[in-house]
Amino acid sequence: MRKILTVMLLVTVMALGACAHKPPKDTGAAASSQVPAAGAGAEANGAAGNSAAGANAAGGGVDIAGPTEGILAQRMIYFGFDSSELNPEGTALVSAHAHYLVAHSSLHVRLEGNTDERGSREYNIGLGERRAQAVRRAMLLQGVAETQLSTVSYGAERPAVEGHDEAAWSKNRRVMINYVQ
Amino acid sequence: MTKVFPLRACWHAALLCLALLPGLAPAQLKIEITSGVTDPVPLAIVPFASSGGADNGVDVAQVIQGDLEGTGRFKAMARSAMTATPSRAQDVQMATWKAAGNDYVVVGRVSALGGGQVAVDFELLNALTGQQLANPRFTGTAAAVRDAAHRCSDVIYEKILGIRGAFATRIAYVSVDGSPPAQRYQLIVADADGANARVILESHLPVMSPAWSPDGQWLAYVSFENKRSSIYVQQVSSGTRRLVSGRVGINGAPAWSPDGRKLLVTLGGSAGTPNLYILDLATQQLSRLTDGPSIDTEGAFATDGQSVYFTSDRSGGPQIYRIGLEPGAKPRRVTFEGAYNARPRLSPDGTQLVMVTQDGPNYRIAVQDLASGTARILSHGRLDASPSFAPNGAMIIFSGIEGGHSILQRVSIDGLTSQRLRADSADVREPVWAPFAR
Repeated sequence: MRKILTVMLLVTVMALGACAHKPPKDTGAAASSQVPAAGAGAEANGAAGNSAAGANAAGGGVDIAGPTEGILAQRMIYFGFDSSELNPEGTALVSAHAHYLVAHSSLHVRLEGNTDERGSREYNIGLGERRAQAVRRAMLLQGVAETQLSTVSYGAERPAVEGHDEAAWSKNRRVMINYVQ
Repeated sequence: MTKVFPLRACWHAALLCLALLPGLAPAQLKIEITSGVTDPVPLAIVPFASSGGADNGVDVAQVIQGDLEGTGRFKAMARSAMTATPSRAQDVQMATWKAAGNDYVVVGRVSALGGGQVAVDFELLNALTGQQLANPRFTGTAAAVRDAAHRCSDVIYEKILGIRGAFATRIAYVSVDGSPPAQRYQLIVADADGANARVILESHLPVMSPAWSPDGQWLAYVSFENKRSSIYVQQVSSGTRRLVSGRVGINGAPAWSPDGRKLLVTLGGSAGTPNLYILDLATQQLSRLTDGPSIDTEGAFATDGQSVYFTSDRSGGPQIYRIGLEPGAKPRRVTFEGAYNARPRLSPDGTQLVMVTQDGPNYRIAVQDLASGTARILSHGRLDASPSFAPNGAMIIFSGIEGGHSILQRVSIDGLTSQRLRADSADVREPVWAPFAR
């Protein structure tokens, strides 16, 4: 049943891309599908990540990828305002995942950097990337292979928590460790 | 570039959409005036005559009234107070309109020309002198009546205030609905008054940084639909689009050169250090403009295309810099007041810079005069962002948070008038005002 639902969702998403928004033929070098099918998967992972961090989960029924034992179930590293420095909790969490990745060298994680909503949007993309890179460097130092890591910054575009105050902002200044299947 | 997707496949897909998803009609923006001048120009905009349904159901006078009153500089006479509805200058009993307190009277009509074409004619009359100030005719298809009404507004605005009107223009913005992490992102194009909104891109991953080409035909934007940032350019009329940058790391902040041939972009590379590059759209050739470990982003070409303004945190916090395009050019800092100045955009005449500035705990919109270096704060919100000049330079559109939602706002360059553009069910942000149609 889940499979059928997933297929229906995918078809629908494709239909949206096809009709309503007239995606053109891709003439660029990289893939440019307007179908956010992969996005659906990312949402599911995002939900799982948030769940691990104690936030409300609204996933599509996809199991969390990667390890779920102990501290490894936690996927969020939080940051101070305008900072890309790892705090002690963040450092411990990054180390735990780094050790796991060294022991499982076929696994790959995407480090997703995020900021709170304040300020300008593209500048925040830069700040989110800086946070993701801080986690990446820490993992590289602990022996994770470069090929196991990639980064993306969503800046302020994908908040984990809604709201326009410090309570929300502190949950949104984060890097999510996203195990990619 | 060609359009794809055969009609039949589209039909099947459309049926599935209907079966499984709510409608795609974008949230309609509503304009509310938040401040106006104390002495708005009083005028009467008499309902236009329409022969045989030529107006296609569009109340032309109402559209004009919405445009003019929406600037906060005009006050239109209530229709209920009108004792006559002339549609031609010769039928106007001027003394009556003058006695009712009007400085100007607008009368007009919509008529069918045959072949699906219609004409919108109007006369702008000075109620004090009786003089006819304008009597233009706009022709087009019946579907273009609304656009003709905006052109009428442009003429009236310019004749009375001496500033070119920007009513017959468009805006693009990003609309977001749903709760994290299941949000839906739409890129929307609408008339400047929020009407005729249509979705040109939808994704479950972020869409951001729309930028109009100088001819107003294309939008460049950033989409994360492949789980990483990519820059696309899309022709608004056809939907045809092209991936122009899907490199490793950040692909962001597209801005067009004044000749429309190049895009200024921010690329982060694998090391994640955002720098500015110029991308030739025809040859795909890339040339680097800035370097170093700082965040350099949000580039905007100077009006003459000879230099670029951008945000950089090379001095600590974000500030605005300017760099020439010649090899070896060094950036020079442009903003010195305050700890946070970002996202520069130039006024159409190139004399002013609009930006996001930190003002105490708030983020606000400021305009800096480039000759004197003096900056003025124009907005009053807590989290204002993404300012964009109207093509006539008289107004700035930006986003802000109000009542827990992101809304669009407009403020005149003199700060005297402002409006809200709110969507009922969605957060709207990153408004960009299109250039004048060529």
